[in-house]
Amino acid sequence: MHDTTATSHYSPNTDSDREAMLAAIGVESAANLFDDIPQDYRFPALDIPAPLSEFELRQELGDLAALNATPGDYACFLGAGSYRHHVPAIVRALAFRGEFLTSYTPYQPEVSQRTLQAHYEFQTLICQLTGMEVANAGMYDGATSLAEAAMMAARITKRNRIVLAETVSPAYQSVVHTYTQGHDNLQVDVIAADGSDIPEDAACVVVQQPNFFGYLNDLEEMASRVHELGALLIVSVDLASLGMFRAPGSYDADIVVAEAQTLGVSPSYGGPYVGVLACRGGRDFLRQLPGRIVGETVDTEGRTGYVLTLQTREQHIRRERATSNICTSVGLIALMSAVYMAAQGKQGLRHTAELCYHKAHYLASLIEDIPGYSLPLQGTFFREFVVQCPLPPSEVNRRLLDYKVIGGLDVSDRFENGMLLCCTDVNTRGEIEALASALAEIGANAS
Amino acid sequence: MTTPERWLEKHNRKLLMDRSAPGRIGASHARLDVPESELPDAALLRDNLDMPEVSESEIVRYFSQLSHYNFSIDHNFYPLGSCTMKYNPKINDEMAALPGLSEIHPFQPEETVQGALKLIWHIQEILAEVVGMAGASVSPKAGAESEFAGMLMARAYHLSRGDDKRKKVLIPDSAHGTNPASAVVAGFHVVSLPTNEQGNTDLAALEAAIGDDLAGFMLTQPSTLGIFDTNLSEVIQIVRDAGGILYGDGANLNALLGKVKLGELGFDVVHSNLHKTFTQPHGGGGPGAGAVLVSERLLPYLPEPHVTRAEDEDGERFSLTTPPQSIGRLGPFQGNFGALVRAYAYIRTLGDVGVSQISEDAVINANYILSQLRGTFDLPQDRHCKHEVVFSAKNLKDNFGVSGKDVCKRLIDSGIHPPTMYFPLPDVVEESLLIEPTETESKETLDQFIEVMKLIAKEAEEDPDLLLNAPHNTPNTRLDEALAARRPVLRWSRD
Amino acid sequence: MNYPDDLKYTKEHEWLRIESETTVVVGITEYAADELGDVVFVELPDVGAAVSAMGVFGEIESVKAVSELYSPVDGTVVERNEELDDTPELVNDLAYGDGWMIKIELSDPSQLDGLMSAADYQQFLATL
Repeated sequence: MHDTTATSHYSPNTDSDREAMLAAIGVESAANLFDDIPQDYRFPALDIPAPLSEFELRQELGDLAALNATPGDYACFLGAGSYRHHVPAIVRALAFRGEFLTSYTPYQPEVSQRTLQAHYEFQTLICQLTGMEVANAGMYDGATSLAEAAMMAARITKRNRIVLAETVSPAYQSVVHTYTQGHDNLQVDVIAADGSDIPEDAACVVVQQPNFFGYLNDLEEMASRVHELGALLIVSVDLASLGMFRAPGSYDADIVVAEAQTLGVSPSYGGPYVGVLACRGGRDFLRQLPGRIVGETVDTEGRTGYVLTLQTREQHIRRERATSNICTSVGLIALMSAVYMAAQGKQGLRHTAELCYHKAHYLASLIEDIPGYSLPLQGTFFREFVVQCPLPPSEVNRRLLDYKVIGGLDVSDRFENGMLLCCTDVNTRGEIEALASALAEIGANAS
Repeated sequence: MTTPERWLEKHNRKLLMDRSAPGRIGASHARLDVPESELPDAALLRDNLDMPEVSESEIVRYFSQLSHYNFSIDHNFYPLGSCTMKYNPKINDEMAALPGLSEIHPFQPEETVQGALKLIWHIQEILAEVVGMAGASVSPKAGAESEFAGMLMARAYHLSRGDDKRKKVLIPDSAHGTNPASAVVAGFHVVSLPTNEQGNTDLAALEAAIGDDLAGFMLTQPSTLGIFDTNLSEVIQIVRDAGGILYGDGANLNALLGKVKLGELGFDVVHSNLHKTFTQPHGGGGPGAGAVLVSERLLPYLPEPHVTRAEDEDGERFSLTTPPQSIGRLGPFQGNFGALVRAYAYIRTLGDVGVSQISEDAVINANYILSQLRGTFDLPQDRHCKHEVVFSAKNLKDNFGVSGKDVCKRLIDSGIHPPTMYFPLPDVVEESLLIEPTETESKETLDQFIEVMKLIAKEAEEDPDLLLNAPHNTPNTRLDEALAARRPVLRWSRD
Repeated sequence: MNYPDDLKYTKEHEWLRIESETTVVVGITEYAADELGDVVFVELPDVGAAVSAMGVFGEIESVKAVSELYSPVDGTVVERNEELDDTPELVNDLAYGDGWMIKIELSDPSQLDGLMSAADYQQFLATL
């Protein structure tokens, strides 16, 4: 059988190429190029599996994927920070063009105008959607955006108390704790969601809209109370809700953070996503804004072009005094969400938000009528809501799998037998009714 | 004056909001298949949604036209030092897009995501083996977040021993700016250490800087000068004796695979930029993915969630767990899973033999460039390099008044992406040109690059204006970065 | 490059103009402005802030670098150049004129004696 001698189809070097180059370098063997590594530790064996051909790799990963229960095969009602939506074909088709996919950070603007202009579109569309004056080019995810925003608020106000409403996502709260733990001066408090007991020396108050349990609040009054105390209002917003609900800029938010995964990016078991960080446009905010920012300028011929700007805030220049250590803007995912926002546009964003709203409310109306189930919260919700089940949610979820349904998130630590359910545009009427009848059967068998 | 080219150019650059026309839609609208519910109180609803209205075909054409304005690895050689711009295999993207991997929700019950957890567990194990460490977390979403996590673990380790004085972190002046920034975000203060003339850590300066306040030492190996520190054993001994944690920045791991395991040398924490060494496409600046790898003594502090494996008569089972003294969550979920799929696909494709060959070829390619451009540009460290080589254009600057930047801009005219400039920092190397060819480039490509670099050096002498005004063939000539920073325009607005 | 004789200078490349027995104006030298390149931002203290000799009073940024600004003397800021907020390029264009930074009321006029003359400063530059 014919056997190839090349070690990898990714690397072109053949033995004769290597010999020619080693001769030019003036060494006998490649091993000589590693002489500076302590001899006892040089060339260790690697105990990792042998190579797979592309054919075998497809099988291997296909087998791994088959071990998962895949939404689509299953009806899925999970949300809580990661959302499934219909993603138009053009999102992937455009974002995955090699010119974008395989380019680096646009440090050489003359050969990176596509990347830069796409970032600028992202910044613009995020500002339009949130009603804010300025947005950076992207953060790791919504939770780290929030942690960075809270620390930014502390720098702007020169205060040290970060205040979180208790209805902020528990995972996001954890990330704020992780990010601030090294700063002995910073304190993180959690307060009631109505904002009745904001400490006077708060640097910022963080609220989530809709809150973690899916419900919206009128935040206008909250904003004025926060501002009276000299603190900043940070709103962690569900961007999909902004197709129909008020933009945080309109109720005077100072900083807005969000997870842009909901705009055209698949859940992908938690990442990669892209975080949004938008704020007021004054120099005091701009100078404290972490992450990359793209700005418009002109070239030597007077033509418009884009560059990375205000870079002195960043780690590669300011080093230990940088506003953050972040070195990415998750450009690819930001581009996907920019294409999604463009494709959805003014009408599609509204339409998709309303689909989510009506489907979630239809599901809620069905569940309310099932004996043993109830909705513990009152008020306006967007696409998520809490249901109290007659059994522990983990048990309900386990039984739902037999109906090919992935149920909601267990929030029984906050509501007795509470489950957080989510409906988006991809949950069909058939799925919604199947969930309701499955819950009815599970409830009936429970008693 | 408006020429047809200028006019078209201007049209191509028009932003989405300026392409908008009322009534157009760019995506199909699904029909509502459930009864409508009452809308909420108008006080909560928005009455203005000023977003673009552009058709699908116009969006496709807009972004496709913009494509011509970028260099990319798919397009040509991209020897951007410290960034490891190697070929990104297409199969990896296909694998990451498998519905069973890309559509799964991060909060699905563990029994429904055993395939995903198994993949994460395998990649943790493989990376720990490659770097020679006791354990790994792949929750960081980039190198910088790995550094941050690693330094938080160092902090937690010292504090758990009641050692609360250790606040000082030493970092060589040649290090990337992210190192000091990460150490500070983790609550430390930073002392910069000089690099000696051979490019090694200055041992006398190190000795002078240690004390009982030493928390750790962050060292990049090979360094950003592309060389391995020949004082490394002494450095490690000094830091360990002083009770410090040794942090290894694995940004340059592409030089070391199968050549040395940093864990065996005595590092306590090492991070790997999976997007560099293990080929996540860079996407115009992310997503990245990081792994943070630790020695035995730091295992209890790993970030949550950590994937563990158990086996009983029913077979193996993978779980998300919280290490006993975990530093906490870095994000709401499990890290950049899509990037982990790509890294896994890449490592499984190359296997044991192929992974070691990566570094051999990367190092041969860099040394070949070093050998061929020696004499054309200054060579601050004339010794065998690892996977990248630093030249200096100081000779051209002194003799002909052209800078490293001018060389880079002229290189653009040849269709090759410039090397990294201004890094390492000017006080370490003046007019630096940091060149990293990677293993996925052929000798022919390297020869073309070498030839072009020699021609540019010759032009610098004969016709420096060619360099000073470069690039000449791009959609934009040099851009006014000062103007952009002085009067920031950061978004479209209605005129 | 120009180093006016009527000014005093420091090794940190600040200049100082004596306006009266108790007030001085401070800026950076043409040499410093040239080394920095295009200045894009200057951060100055508020009026009323205390400054101390060799203490940092602000920051100056070019596109790719950040430097600290050091006060030549002890005192209180009595005026800051608001023009620099929007037109930081004045530091490059008119280092000794409209590119001035702060006006300080001196706490100890004798500190002026320790500063360099134009000739001393140029000699110092020659050693760099």
